[in-house]
Amino acid sequence: MASDAASSVVRKTERGMRMRMKHWAAAALAVACSGLAVWAAVASAAPKQQALTKVTLQLKWVTQAQFAGYYAALTKGYYKQAGLDVKIKVGGPSITPETVVAGKQADFGLDWLPNLFATREKGSNLVSIAQVFARSGMTELTWKSSGIDSIAKMRGKKVGVWCCGNQPELFAALQKNGIDPNKTSDVTIVNQPFSMDLFLQHQVDAAAAMTYNELAQVLETKNPNTGKLYTLKDLNVFKMASPAVGTGMLEDNVFVRGDWIKDKANQATAVKFLKASFQGWIYCRDHQAACVSIVLKNGSLLGRGHQTWQMNEINALTWPSPKGIGLPPASAVVQTATIAKKYGVINNVPSGATNYTYAAKALAQLKAAGADVYGKKWKKANVKVTPGGK
Amino acid sequence: MQGGNGSGTLRKLATLLVVPVALIVLWEGYKWLWQTTGWGWPFVVNDTTMPHVYSILQAFSQPTTTGGPPLIQSLLHAAWFTMKEAIAGFLLGGVIGFGLAVLLAHVRLLERGLLPFVVGSQTVPILAIAPMVVIGLGSKGVQGWKSVAILAAWLTFFPVAINTLRGLKSPDRRAVELMQSYAASQWSILWRLRVPASLPYIFTALKISATASVIGAIIGETPASIQDGLGGAIVNFNQYYSLQPTFLWATNIICAAMGLVFFGLVVIAEHLVVRRAPENVV
Repeated sequence: MASDAASSVVRKTERGMRMRMKHWAAAALAVACSGLAVWAAVASAAPKQQALTKVTLQLKWVTQAQFAGYYAALTKGYYKQAGLDVKIKVGGPSITPETVVAGKQADFGLDWLPNLFATREKGSNLVSIAQVFARSGMTELTWKSSGIDSIAKMRGKKVGVWCCGNQPELFAALQKNGIDPNKTSDVTIVNQPFSMDLFLQHQVDAAAAMTYNELAQVLETKNPNTGKLYTLKDLNVFKMASPAVGTGMLEDNVFVRGDWIKDKANQATAVKFLKASFQGWIYCRDHQAACVSIVLKNGSLLGRGHQTWQMNEINALTWPSPKGIGLPPASAVVQTATIAKKYGVINNVPSGATNYTYAAKALAQLKAAGADVYGKKWKKANVKVTPGGK
Repeated sequence: MQGGNGSGTLRKLATLLVVPVALIVLWEGYKWLWQTTGWGWPFVVNDTTMPHVYSILQAFSQPTTTGGPPLIQSLLHAAWFTMKEAIAGFLLGGVIGFGLAVLLAHVRLLERGLLPFVVGSQTVPILAIAPMVVIGLGSKGVQGWKSVAILAAWLTFFPVAINTLRGLKSPDRRAVELMQSYAASQWSILWRLRVPASLPYIFTALKISATASVIGAIIGETPASIQDGLGGAIVNFNQYYSLQPTFLWATNIICAAMGLVFFGLVVIAEHLVVRRAPENVV
């Protein structure tokens, strides 16, 4: 046994040397193979050359009527007519449009203007080229039964608001009324999830709600005590844009990379993109129901009732557009920057963050073609809420 | 197992039903107790936070929009979409995991050097990796669903690699030495001895990976801007939870069912493959 073991050890060391060499060769081969496989996977996905200019738009959130104009431009062929092949990328809880555009994953992005200011200040060279929503759609809701019928009465209450750049409007409103949102002795700020459960379960006294989305969600829910849908009579709605609150900021804007827009060809692309997008928004203004259908086609799990409400409210944020769609009142841009600075979203009022030259060019082309870019005659429809938003 | 006779099959079916029935009883019992006592901890229980099981099942037949198809139809579409990503990732991860194990089993130095990193790769949360993978590959022009498949592969390769490695080393030393004494090459030792011996280990790993790849696919969809799969459905129904809480629960059931189906497919494959494996499986 002993001699057996000894000889086997000798044999093994001898063989071991040779074998180790072989193993290294095998290892190198395996590494090369997997490398090749990855390369092949990457290469096969390379884009093909086409006549249309390919551009990508990154939305702020998942498909809904908030983005109807872009879906309409795509479906009605406005982008194609302008010589563009537009790919719409939906957003979501883990997507920041600014990061996507700065990382060259998309050419155009949509987000609230103060967020763009903040990202720009952190060193990303992003420029807003159009302001589609001319006014703020943010509100804070309270139950009428709670007796909180003014912002000032939110003192000492649990106030819900979304995180990550969506607080400034509310914080400004609170501070205007002498409530410091950073002092827990003044008010308890609750980080609100992206559904209205906390408010409906009365776990917060006030909750943030967009006119076009969460407000409708409350109205589409049955009051468990009466078995009927909640109505506006059950709620106090504090609109940030209203004169009473007066801290509205500009929301959805179209932005691009600063270095991208320096290129002449890209400037032409930007004008084409904005022109076709504006056409889409004009279509959605004049054909609300058809536009809702377009949205539903792109988001198959959405409810028609809820999206009909949303389309109407979104149009109300855009129309009438005193300076023409895409061009915000200068005072609104200033107010947005001022509030953002006051509440620490940014340290300095940004310079060069907006450049509406291309939006103006797109507007001029549309006007020359006889399109109504102001929508002065547009009237908000009276949309009836449906149970469950269906 | 005594398949074939009627009462045995019946008993098997009964044991299979015990768990879901117990779960339903637990769910409804909890709901009833909390609602009648009005307990608010850890959360208020009502039809929104915990809908009845029957209303969750009913939700499958309801349309998500007026005049639309029933929820089950939309969800099956979404499940098929996600399943494809999961299968692609599962296959990719399986091949990589197997290759890695063969490599590590033969090169001691690599095993010592690489294994800690292989283990480390799994302690990084998938939620943190997902956006990086999607954006990183996206900049190289890789389509969204392929990035998602790679995330599924990320969760798949690890159990396969670890278990296969163990399996490859499992044959009796004497068996290896016997092969060597016949001057068998490493290659034939691998395919005639080590791989057959590792099959039970590999299939254990594949069963774990089957469900893990489904999770990878669902989680990867959100950062990849994919709305067509179950991940997209979860985000959507989460947003409208207060309106239709049952839709989100119904989606969860489909996710779980999909994991089960995948798991079942691997079990079937195991029966087919391992049964036909040569006698020296040991």
